[in-house]
Amino acid sequence: MATSTYNLIASQVVGSGGAASVTFSSIPGTYTDLKVVMSTRYSGASETNQLISINGSSSTFSMIQLYGGGTGVGSYTTPAQYAGNVGGTNYTANTFNNIEVYIPNYTSSNYKSYSVDAVTETNASAVSMGLAAGLWSTTSAITSLSFAPSSGSYVQYSTFYLYGIRNS
Amino acid sequence: MASAPTYTPIATQTLGSATATITFSSIPQTYTDLIVVASVQSGGASQMNLTFNGDTGNNYSKTALYGNGSSALSLRGTNNPAITVAFTDSSPNYSPSIIQIMNYANTTTYKSVLIRTSYSGEVDAAVGLWRGNTGSAAQAITSITLANGSNYSSSSTFTLYGIASA
Repeated sequence: MATSTYNLIASQVVGSGGAASVTFSSIPGTYTDLKVVMSTRYSGASETNQLISINGSSSTFSMIQLYGGGTGVGSYTTPAQYAGNVGGTNYTANTFNNIEVYIPNYTSSNYKSYSVDAVTETNASAVSMGLAAGLWSTTSAITSLSFAPSSGSYVQYSTFYLYGIRNS
Repeated sequence: MASAPTYTPIATQTLGSATATITFSSIPQTYTDLIVVASVQSGGASQMNLTFNGDTGNNYSKTALYGNGSSALSLRGTNNPAITVAFTDSSPNYSPSIIQIMNYANTTTYKSVLIRTSYSGEVDAAVGLWRGNTGSAAQAITSITLANGSNYSSSSTFTLYGIASA
């Protein structure tokens, strides 16, 4: 049997107490790319930004975002650590955001570029789609990833899955 | 018993020197979908163009969304000689692209492509279509070419994955 090249490295499901942030640490350096798949909701009211930190760092990030909210589109460069939109109590009950972050060549000595795809459909007016190009201008290999809403905390049943993808 | 892998690397290329064109050829017809993951750099912002089976006829179309940090727009092109994937980045940055090609092996449907890409000046999402090398004949995809208007820089990477539905 061939060895799988698309593997679940770790997963986290937020419990009843909520979580201010979620971190994947000690990420093995044995894959080519990383992919994080998230289903999130937070404790605040209005939609907010989800932020990414890499190796504990919140600096040297830059980002370009393409955003649609159902009535118009826009493009933005802040916040630099943008990694998707997270809905709160203004969202329809039981709806969670779908967010995917893809990081190619995460162990290389190049700057780390990544893509973010974030969507929410609520069957109501509070909806969003955010596509982003992210850049962490640091040459270190990525060994940990953290995600947090810009305020408040993730609510119960938010899920985070980290996959490793090998090219051979 | 472990199930067979359904996300399989078919081929990968890491450039050792500046190269204008890369091709994945002799693609096996045993998967359902294909995914190309590219992380590329060039000497300056230049377009990366996607073609299939060596066809450079005016048989491609594309609709795209762009954002540059201050404005967003949508563009469309028809009867083009390639699908423009994106601009490539220049040193020290590498621009990531993910290209998904659905049902690439059949000979009954035109080939749809989903593209997510970006570089330091832009974020892009697009859908493309190839109508075969006559513009009206569905064909299986056996090779994929990504040509750069300039050269891809050394260390640019390209990996072709096959996705099996069963």
